[in-house]
Amino acid sequence: MRRSILLASALVTTLALTACGTDDTGEAAADESAAADETTEPAGDGGTLTVWVDETRQDAVAAAAEAFESETGAEVELVLKPFEDIRADFIAQVPTGEGPDVTVGAHDWLGELITNGVVAPVELGDTAAEFEEVAVQAFTADGQVYGLPYAIENIALIRNTELADSAPATWDDAIAAGEDAGTKFPFLIQSDGENGDPYTYYPFQTSFGAPVFEQNADGSYTPELAMGGENGEAYAQWLADQGEAGNLTIDTTYDISVEAFANGESPFIVGGPWMLEQFADLDLAIDPVPAAGDEAAQPFVGVQGFYVSARSENALLANDFLVNFLSTEEAQTALFEAGGRPPALTAAADAASSDPIVAGFREVGADAVPMPSIPEMGSVWAFWGVTEAGIISGKAEPAEAWNKMISDIEGALGS
Amino acid sequence: MTDLQHPGAPRATVERPGPGAGSTLPPEPSRGRRVRPDESPARRLGPGFLAKLAMMAVVDAFGVYVVWSAWVAEAWVILGAMLAMLAVANWVYFSRRTVPLKYVLPGLIFLFTFQIFTIAYTGWVAFTNYGDGHNSTKDDAITALLAQNERRVEDSPSLPLTVVTDGDELGFAVVRPDGTTAAGSADTALAPVDATVDEGRITAVDGWEVLDRQEILERQGEVTTLRVPASEDPNDGSVRTQDARTGYLFTPALVYDEVADTMTDTTTGAVYAPNDEGQFEAADGSTLQVGWRVFIGFDNFTTAFSDSRYAGPFFQVVVWTFVFAFTSVATTFLLGMFLATAFNAPIRGRRVYRTLLILPYAIPGFVAPLLWSGLLNRSFGFVNQVLLGGAAVPWLTDPLLAKFSIIAVNLWLGFPYMFLICTGALQSLPTDVMEAAKIDGAGRLRTWRSVTLPLLLVSTTPLLISSFAFNFNNFALIYMLTGGGPRFADASVPLGHTDILITMVYAVAGLDGSAPKNFGLASALSIVIFVIIATISAIAFKRTRSLEEIN
Repeated sequence: MRRSILLASALVTTLALTACGTDDTGEAAADESAAADETTEPAGDGGTLTVWVDETRQDAVAAAAEAFESETGAEVELVLKPFEDIRADFIAQVPTGEGPDVTVGAHDWLGELITNGVVAPVELGDTAAEFEEVAVQAFTADGQVYGLPYAIENIALIRNTELADSAPATWDDAIAAGEDAGTKFPFLIQSDGENGDPYTYYPFQTSFGAPVFEQNADGSYTPELAMGGENGEAYAQWLADQGEAGNLTIDTTYDISVEAFANGESPFIVGGPWMLEQFADLDLAIDPVPAAGDEAAQPFVGVQGFYVSARSENALLANDFLVNFLSTEEAQTALFEAGGRPPALTAAADAASSDPIVAGFREVGADAVPMPSIPEMGSVWAFWGVTEAGIISGKAEPAEAWNKMISDIEGALGS
Repeated sequence: MTDLQHPGAPRATVERPGPGAGSTLPPEPSRGRRVRPDESPARRLGPGFLAKLAMMAVVDAFGVYVVWSAWVAEAWVILGAMLAMLAVANWVYFSRRTVPLKYVLPGLIFLFTFQIFTIAYTGWVAFTNYGDGHNSTKDDAITALLAQNERRVEDSPSLPLTVVTDGDELGFAVVRPDGTTAAGSADTALAPVDATVDEGRITAVDGWEVLDRQEILERQGEVTTLRVPASEDPNDGSVRTQDARTGYLFTPALVYDEVADTMTDTTTGAVYAPNDEGQFEAADGSTLQVGWRVFIGFDNFTTAFSDSRYAGPFFQVVVWTFVFAFTSVATTFLLGMFLATAFNAPIRGRRVYRTLLILPYAIPGFVAPLLWSGLLNRSFGFVNQVLLGGAAVPWLTDPLLAKFSIIAVNLWLGFPYMFLICTGALQSLPTDVMEAAKIDGAGRLRTWRSVTLPLLLVSTTPLLISSFAFNFNNFALIYMLTGGGPRFADASVPLGHTDILITMVYAVAGLDGSAPKNFGLASALSIVIFVIIATISAIAFKRTRSLEEIN
């Protein structure tokens, strides 16, 4: 036993020796920090701006950066990062002074970025009026704008025109049309198994008049839950009924439902522009999500944009880049072509709307509500989907489960 | 590498023969070569020394680069640690007295950077409230609060702006909406000036010098912090700019009083003072949004165990963690040992079988669970659809079946490892005891039970213990396969039937996004888990030693 430990440690040591010579290890970390630090420092020749982008936006931002570079003499360094890593990395790295000057991001991060003090307000000035109202609203907290929006994304009803020739007005119409089509699924909504998918189901919930949080007059959310009560219970009952009837199932994950729709196994799917690539062979129409309750079915709108770091040493360059270069029609159109989401700039969105698909999503988005960006939303996600999935699969008593969810969320918010 | 160090070891003892030193040495291979006993090999100018000199030069150059970068980045800890490491490395490799250290030092440095530092840092975080809302220092929090609460004066115009200087002080020159021009600096409010306006923007101004883009960027920190009062009345706000092209009128909604260390809300008059939790708090108990990191003592450890919502689920999670870790080790070991014994006999194509058996081990531990979660999907998974002919077995969604699935998948993942170590141990068993057993008339089974198994256990028990510790924290498997689900139906916290302690920590500390992140709490809980595993392992190792003695 002892001997084996000795042997192992000797082996490790030898390996270390041969692998790295007599290298020390402290430098790896130090190196990175040094490299990162150099980029945030204002350089003499017009300055260097560090921008975090993800793969889909890289080329479009690079194009805008080129215009910026040639006009101002500044240098823009794009750092490629996976989109899902950006949020946590930005919060962790900005306080150390090693974060970027500008990062791409989604509007629903805003609450978390603000409480952690890592994001700086951006004064859009007169350009604010040139953007779609919902886009600027989404990036606004407590009356301050914190980012430059560039794309709006929302879900809608995607219809295979060969299988259904007209847009269903209500949920029952949609199911009837789906059954007439004689396909494997009358209607497709993705779910994530037991975790549910409250984002995709949200338009049906709003059609029962049960929005997740109370909204202020200016459209911002308060941390008061609004999805309880009678309306919420009615929605829960609807989930249970449709689950029992087989119209809703939690087993159709994103991949499964997209593949089924692409194979013509359903005339309808609730989804966003990110699915369209797989539906290239189909004739599609984009319709509003049919209401299941008495009110309009409003999906969530997600807005993507660019944030400026609170610790940027190039705040001037960063704001200049955002407000004067990424807000132009060319830049927003380029971002649209790269990402496929309707642009946030009205002029660019108008141009992009020549495509009926884009116009369809945009039309649905006009009636949609921004996804709450308040930090309390995290606690809602933790219970919401699981409860919905439990009700749909028939495991849970609808009203009871729904009310337990409300009290659990309130407990989590209160703690 | 060997050239560099090997000669040093034996010859150093030739030079200073100590009691008994010579006798422990292996026969020296280079005895034939001429050795000058008065010269240290560490200093002799041979090819070995030159090679060492070159390598140390590289190391030192690298070290100096790091020190310099750390200096620039003002990272004093890294700078100090690097200096110390450099000094030690140079001393060790140029001294004659540090022969053993020459071999051990790189390993020690790895240990220090990757283990001890991480543990110390976790320990430090466990006593702070680092997390959402307490992300950085107090200075950062103050800066962020002030920036977030500087508000544009309602309906104020946007002013085309030019950055100017009167020699040393910066100022702004703006064109007002009515076309008049004005200039001012931090101390002097905007006053009308004569200026040349070109395309709506001032290009030259009396008494001030216009800065070009280059000069502005060199002083961008000053430009963005400059506030030029709009008039003598502070309520009119002051002009600031974020892009040096357009100015806006702003008024601060929060004012920081450095002497009193308080924040004052200018609209309500409420005064916020810093509290013990690292936040600015008003008399009525309301706090400002951005806080900072402070030491909170043992609070993280007490909150971890005082939240009543967690009491019930916590107990279930602990039980399942032990069951899971123990069953995982037991099943993988039994299957691995069985296969190893079976394939230890000479069979045709043994090598092929062995290679095939090790295959699951080659699949990364976080990909395989993901794969299996697809295979086990209730409606569309391969297992139900193809193997069971369309059955709808809720492999991952029924509490009991999910536990079973987890252990089964872990068995699939883990038995090749046990198979490997058992094969190795079986092959190195002494043949004489086997023969002795045969001579004594013991049957095969009896030999296996009384001789093979105990000998096998001696060499594999330490690995079983480490395997237990690994499975105790097998985050990737649980997270990727079931995500902890199915949820406890009766609990009010987002935990499920297959959550183990480490995935519970992940959820409790909000790292999965279901609650505000609390790195302090997460660190405290992982220290608790560390203590549990360390205790179990220590006891188990002690037992192993007695096992060793018996044999």
